[in-house]
Amino acid sequence: MDMDPDDVFRDEEDDPENDLYQERQASKELLVYLVDASPKMFNITCPGEDQKNESHFHVAVSCIAQFIKVQIINRPYDEIAICFFNTREKKNLQDLNGVYVFNVAEREHLDNLTARFIREFDCVEESFNKLIGSEYGIVSGSRDNSLYNAFWVAQALLRKGSAKTADKRILLLTNEDDPFGNIKGVTKLDMARTTLQRAKDAQDLGISIELLPLSRPNEEFNVSLCYADLIGLDGDDLAQFMPLAGERSFICADTGALVQEPPKRFQIYKNEEIKFSTEELSEIKRVSTGSLRLLGFKPLSCLKDYHNLRPSTFVSPSDEEVMGSTCIFIALHRSMIRLKRFAVAFYGSSARPQLVGLVAQDEIVDAGGQLEPPGMHMIYLPYSEDIRLIEELHSETTGNMPSATEDQIQKATALMKRVDLRDFSVCQFANPALQSHYAVVQALALDEDEMPEINDETLPDEEGMARPGIAKALEEFKVSVYGENYDEENENTAQGKANAASKKRKVASEDALVKCAYYDWPKLADDGKLKDLTVQELKYYVTAHKLPVAGKKEALISRILTHMGK
Amino acid sequence: MARNKEGLILLVDVGPTMHSVLPEIQKVCSLLIQKKLVYSKYDEVGVVVFGTEDTKNDLTKEVGGYEHVTVLQPIKVVDGDLVDVMQQLPRGTVPGDFMDAIVVGMDMLIKKYQETIKGKKRICLITNAMYPIKDPYEGTKEDQVYTIAEQMAAHGMKIDCIVFKGNQIHDTHDSIIKENDMLLSIFSKKTKAKAVRVESSTSLLGALRTRNISPVTIYRGDLELSSTFKIKVWVYKKTSEEKFPTLKKYSDKAPSTDKFATHEIKIDYEYKSVQDPSKVVPPEQRIKGYRYGPQVIPISSAELEAVKFRPEKSVKLLGFTNASNIMRHYYMKDVNIFIADPGNKKAIIAVSALARAMKEMNKVAILRCVWRQGQTNVVIGVLTPNVSENDNIADSFYFNVLPFAEDIREFQFPSFSNLPASVQPNSEQQEAADKLVMMLDLAPAGKEEALRPDFTPNPVLERFYHHLELKSKHPDAAVPPLDATLKRITEPDPEVISQNKLVIDEFRRCFDLKENPKLKKSTRRLLRDRTSGSFGGEVVKNEGRSTDLVTSTSTVKVETIGDSTPVPDFEAMISRRDSPEWVSKAIFGMKNKVFDLVENSYEGDTYPKALECLVALRRGCVIEQEPKQFNNFLHHLYRFCQEKDLSSFCEFLASKDITLITKTEAEDSEIAEGDARSLFVKAEPNSSK
Repeated sequence: MDMDPDDVFRDEEDDPENDLYQERQASKELLVYLVDASPKMFNITCPGEDQKNESHFHVAVSCIAQFIKVQIINRPYDEIAICFFNTREKKNLQDLNGVYVFNVAEREHLDNLTARFIREFDCVEESFNKLIGSEYGIVSGSRDNSLYNAFWVAQALLRKGSAKTADKRILLLTNEDDPFGNIKGVTKLDMARTTLQRAKDAQDLGISIELLPLSRPNEEFNVSLCYADLIGLDGDDLAQFMPLAGERSFICADTGALVQEPPKRFQIYKNEEIKFSTEELSEIKRVSTGSLRLLGFKPLSCLKDYHNLRPSTFVSPSDEEVMGSTCIFIALHRSMIRLKRFAVAFYGSSARPQLVGLVAQDEIVDAGGQLEPPGMHMIYLPYSEDIRLIEELHSETTGNMPSATEDQIQKATALMKRVDLRDFSVCQFANPALQSHYAVVQALALDEDEMPEINDETLPDEEGMARPGIAKALEEFKVSVYGENYDEENENTAQGKANAASKKRKVASEDALVKCAYYDWPKLADDGKLKDLTVQELKYYVTAHKLPVAGKKEALISRILTHMGK
Repeated sequence: MARNKEGLILLVDVGPTMHSVLPEIQKVCSLLIQKKLVYSKYDEVGVVVFGTEDTKNDLTKEVGGYEHVTVLQPIKVVDGDLVDVMQQLPRGTVPGDFMDAIVVGMDMLIKKYQETIKGKKRICLITNAMYPIKDPYEGTKEDQVYTIAEQMAAHGMKIDCIVFKGNQIHDTHDSIIKENDMLLSIFSKKTKAKAVRVESSTSLLGALRTRNISPVTIYRGDLELSSTFKIKVWVYKKTSEEKFPTLKKYSDKAPSTDKFATHEIKIDYEYKSVQDPSKVVPPEQRIKGYRYGPQVIPISSAELEAVKFRPEKSVKLLGFTNASNIMRHYYMKDVNIFIADPGNKKAIIAVSALARAMKEMNKVAILRCVWRQGQTNVVIGVLTPNVSENDNIADSFYFNVLPFAEDIREFQFPSFSNLPASVQPNSEQQEAADKLVMMLDLAPAGKEEALRPDFTPNPVLERFYHHLELKSKHPDAAVPPLDATLKRITEPDPEVISQNKLVIDEFRRCFDLKENPKLKKSTRRLLRDRTSGSFGGEVVKNEGRSTDLVTSTSTVKVETIGDSTPVPDFEAMISRRDSPEWVSKAIFGMKNKVFDLVENSYEGDTYPKALECLVALRRGCVIEQEPKQFNNFLHHLYRFCQEKDLSSFCEFLASKDITLITKTEAEDSEIAEGDARSLFVKAEPNSSK
C-alpha cells in the first residue's frame, strides 16, 4: 500500500468519483475525525511539499483543514466533529481522559461546518500546546486507554441521526501502528480486546471506521499489528477492494475498429440486412398519444388469473395538475367497486405499450394502520402473442378426459377444510435466498468464523401436516383417488421407467468396459498420448471407471489422470 | 437444423361475404409468414383459397369435384414471395365449401410429408362458415367429418379453425351456421384442434397464432401435498411476453465491397479502477463484492458457491386459504400452468378433484416451488383452479408468483373518506360515474368481449413487421401509420363512444376539471391532448382523466428530453428532487432541443414548438432561480440566429413577447425591468433591414 500521506488523503477525500459513489447510499454524512496527538505524531517527520520536513501532526491537521474547506462548499449538510486523542487536557461529554473534542462557540460537537470553525481550526496548531497539549495516553501502569476513550467519544457523537439517512464514519489518523506496544502481558491483551470490542460495537451501529495511517520514513505502518482487526479486514488485503467502474466498448466485428454506440440496428430478413434507426424504432413503439387512455369497463370476471405479466403499479389521484381529478377518480373508484367492474386502458409507455386493467382497491385498515391504500391497481395484461395454449396441448382425442367424481371432490374439500391457512398474508415469508445472502455478507464483513444458518420459513409445516386430523383427511383423499394399492402401482410405473433407463446405462457401461480393455491407459498417459484419443475413446475409460462423463476433452483427460493417480 | 420445422397449410375463405375482412386476413397471414422468416425460416407453408371462380388443385384433376378451391401456393419453404402472395389474396365470387378445402389441404400435407414430421403438420382454416357444405355421396355430413377427422388424427395433423362472425346481417342463415359450428366442433373432439369464433376484425388479428412456440415444461415431478401424498404434474408457462425482436447493432465500418461482412458489433466490457480510469482491471484481478454499509465485502466465486442457498428441487403444498386472502395485484410475474402428467390417469383425477373442490369452496393453494435442482431461490406462489369446460381437456391450475415480505412496498396514501368534502363526489356525480362505468361496456351481454387479451394482438409487433416488409422493398420506407383495426386497441372505439354520447356528455357536465392555476405546468399538455383527440369532445374527458392518472403514478420518471413531448419531459426533469443535477441537466437538454428545432426548421415550421420549449425553459429558470442560464442562452440564441441567417426566428420571438428574465422575477438577474426587451428591440431594426 502506498504510504505517502498526501496520496492517502487524495484517494479518500478529494476524489469526486468516490464522493459520488457514497452519495448513492446516503445523502448525508456524519464524520468524526480522530486525530492522534501523541508526542510521536510531533516527533516524526516526513518530507513536505516544499522539501521541508513536517511533522505528521501538521500533515494530518492541514489535510483536515483543506478537506473541510472543500466540504463546506460541496456537501454543506454533512456534519463534522474533530477529536484529538492522546491529549493532556480533556474535553468531552463523557469526561474521559486523553480525548479533546475541538469546537467553537455556538456549535454542537457534531454539527454542520461553519466558517468560524474552519478559521479557528486553521490556527489550532499554534495554540495546540497551550490549550490541548500532547501526552501519551496509553502508558504502562495506568489503566487509561485513550484509543478506547476516543472510540467511545466518537461513537457517542455519532449517536445523532438515523443510520438510514446518514452515512456515519470515523476517520482515524495516526502514525502509531501498535498503540499497545508499550504495555505488556495480560493488560495489553485486555486493552486490545476492549478496544476492538468498542470498535465492533460502533460498526454494529452502522458506523464505519476507516484508518488513514501515516508511515514513518524508514518504517512502514504495519496495519496487521492492531488495526487490521479493528477495521475488520485482513492485513494483506487492506483497502484493495475498490468498486470498479464497468465500461462498454463497441467493436466492429468485421474490421475490429472501435466504434461509437451505433445509431442503427438491423434485422436479417429475407437474407438481407434491414436497417432501422433508433428514431424509427421509437416511432414504431409509439402507438398511442395519451399516456394512459381509458377504453372502457368490463366485469371483474373477465380478468382471468392468467392475465398477468408483471408486478402491478399503484394509481392514486392527485389534484396537483388538474383540479377536480381526485373527485372524478373517487367517483369512478366507488362505481367500479360497487359494480364489480374494472377499467381497461391503454398504457403508452415507451418501453412496452400495452393494455392494462385498472382494478379499484378499497382501503383496508386495521388496528395497526393502513393495510391496503385506496386507489387502483394497474394490472399489465398480456397480448394474444403472450398467451400460450397449454390446456389444449394434451387434449384427449379418443374420448373424454377423466375427471373427478363427486366423492373425490368431497374428500378434497374435507382436506381443504383441514389444511386451512386462515390468516395467510402475502408478506409473511421472508425470502430465504436473500436472507441467506445478506447473512453471508455480514458474516464475511465481520469476520465471523461460522456461516450463519438461515431459517427457511417457506418450508411446509411437516409437524402440522402429521397431525391426526390432517393425516386422516389426506389419507382418505389419497385412497379415493389412487385406491388402496397406490404405492405399489406407483412404484411399478416408476420402476418400469427406471429399469429401462438403467438397463440402457448398464449396457453402455458393459460395452465401455470391454472397449476400455483395448487400450493401454497407463502407457498412453505416460507418453502424453491421451490427447490423441477421441472424446469417444476417452469416455470408455471414464464410463468403465464410473467417473462423471461430462465436460470437455481437457476435463476428461485431467479426470483420467487424477483417477490413475498421476 | 430443421428438426422442428412445421408444415402449414393456410386455408382462406375468399368468398363474397369474406371480402370485408380480407384485408385483415392478409395482414395477419403475412405477419405469420414474416415471423416464420425471422424465427423459423425452415418452416414450409402452402396457401389454399376457396370460394374462387376458378378451380386449381390436384384432387380435382385426380378424382374430380373440389370445385372453387384454388391452390395459390404449393407447400414450400417460407420466403419473401410468400409474403407477397398473402398480401394479394384474390377476391372470390362463389360461396366456398370449407370441407372441400380441408380435404385439399390434407391431401397436400399427406402427399408432401407422408408419415414424417408427425405432430408438426397443421392446417389453419379461416372462414366465416356461412355457406352449407355439400352433401356427401354417401352417409351424412357428420359421418363425413368424422372420417376426415379420424384421418387427420391418424396422420398427426392439427387444425386451427378461426370462424369469423362479423356483425353480419345474415341471420337467416342461422341454421346453416349452427350446423357448420357443430361440424367444426367434431374436429376439436377428434383431433388436436382448436376452433375460435371472433366477431371483430381486431380479434381476428389476435386469433391466429402468428408464431409457433413449442411449449417446454419448466418442471416435471411431484406436487407434494404431504410427504406421503404426491401428484405427478407438469408445469408450463401460460403467459410469457413475446418481446420486441432484438435487433443487432449495425456497423458501417466494413468496406462496401466486402460481401461477407457481417456488419455486426461485438461488445467488450472492461472494468476500470475508479481511482485510475486509464487502468483496465483484468478478470483475474476482479472479485465480486457486495456492499455492507459503506464497505464493499469481497466474496470469491468459490466462497459464494459454497455458501449459496440451494434448496432441493420440489413443489410442496403449504396449505389452502380463502381466495380473498390473495389479492389480485399481488401476482408478480408471468403465469405458469400446472397440468397433471398427461399419461397418468390417477394424477389427472387428483388434480381434477382438487381444482373442483377449490373452485367450489373458493379456496386457493399456497405452494413453495423449486423448479430445478441447483436453483438458488425458492418461489412462493398461489395455485388457482382452472376447471375445464371441455370434456376432452383436463382440469388444471394456474400458478402465480407471490411477493416475499421484502418485495412489498408499503406506501401509505390518504384515505378517500378523509379528503375534504370538496373532492368528494356528490350523488349526482356518483350517478353519472355509475352510468359511465356501466355503459362504456367492453363486454356486453350476448356479444363478444372486446379487447380480450387472448384475442388482442400486440400493435407494436404488428407495426414492426409491417415496417420490416416495407423496408425490405424500399430501404427508406417511412414508419407506417397504425391502421384502423389496431387503433381499436390503443384508442377508444368510436362506435362505443358515439353510442354512449349521452352518458359521456352527462359525465362531463357533472365534473369540473380545471388546470391548477398555481401550477401552470400542464396547460400545454392538456391543450395538446385536446387538439390531438381525434374524436373531439367525447374523448377529451377520458384524456383529461388519463393524463391525470399518469401524473399520479409516480413510477414514470423522465430522464431525458424527448422529441415528442419536450415540454412535459423538461418539466418532469426539472422538478425531480432526487438529485440537484436534474435542474442543470434539464436546462441543458432543453437548450439543445431549442437549438435543434430552430436549426432544423423549414420556413419556420418548427418555430411554434421551439417557442413552446423556450417558454417552458424560461418558466423553469424563473422557478429554479437560474436567470443567467436563460438570459445567456437567449443572447446566444440570438447571435446564433443572426449568424445562421435565421433572424426570422428572432422576429418570431419578439412578436411573441419573449423577454429576458428580469431582476423582479429572479434575484440573481442583472437585467432591470426596463431592459428585458432590449435584446429584441435591437434585433428588430436589424432584421427588418
